[in-house]
Amino acid sequence: MRVARVVGTVVGSVKHPQMHGRRLLVLQPLPLGELSGGEPLIAVDVTGVGVGEEVLFVDDGAAARTILGSAGPVRSVVVGVVDETKLEGPEGS
Amino acid sequence: MQLARVVGTCVATRKTAGLLGERLLLIQPLDFDLKDKGRIAVAADVVSAAPQEIVWFVRSREAANSLQDPFNPVDCAIVGILDELEMLHEGRMRRIYPGAKS
Repeated sequence: MRVARVVGTVVGSVKHPQMHGRRLLVLQPLPLGELSGGEPLIAVDVTGVGVGEEVLFVDDGAAARTILGSAGPVRSVVVGVVDETKLEGPEGS
Repeated sequence: MQLARVVGTCVATRKTAGLLGERLLLIQPLDFDLKDKGRIAVAADVVSAAPQEIVWFVRSREAANSLQDPFNPVDCAIVGILDELEMLHEGRMRRIYPGAKS
């Protein structure tokens, strides 16, 4: 799982049935430590999270199928809202 | 999943059995400002996208799962047609697509 910020919304009525009735969000993965978070992506939302919030998401088809309960092409799903992340190094942070 | 613009079609009469009957389109990947990003790819189309339409697509093994029979050699598939895109910009939602003039 990774942490991201919700930075946008995507709407489209013609889509693969696995996404029917689901919200689609644009996520900007956040850096944890020194590496950048990487490229933004479109993910399916099952939590009802809002734009601007920090979320937890999975980026794996098998995990996505487990959550959505159906076969299909989705691999990124928002699965939680992050309250806090704290990196703790050897010297404390 | 990422955004792309449909920029062409690809016809291949001889192809592996898993691809028979599938529509193949050329897509130009886009960033979330709808600017071109990266190289054009061939994608299977399960949503009947039209030329110049903005779509979203998936890569890797999950792309194959978009077809009726998931046992096929597809690694890039169009899985949705974009109606509207809004992005957070300086604390406000800004509509990127359709643009203000459409």
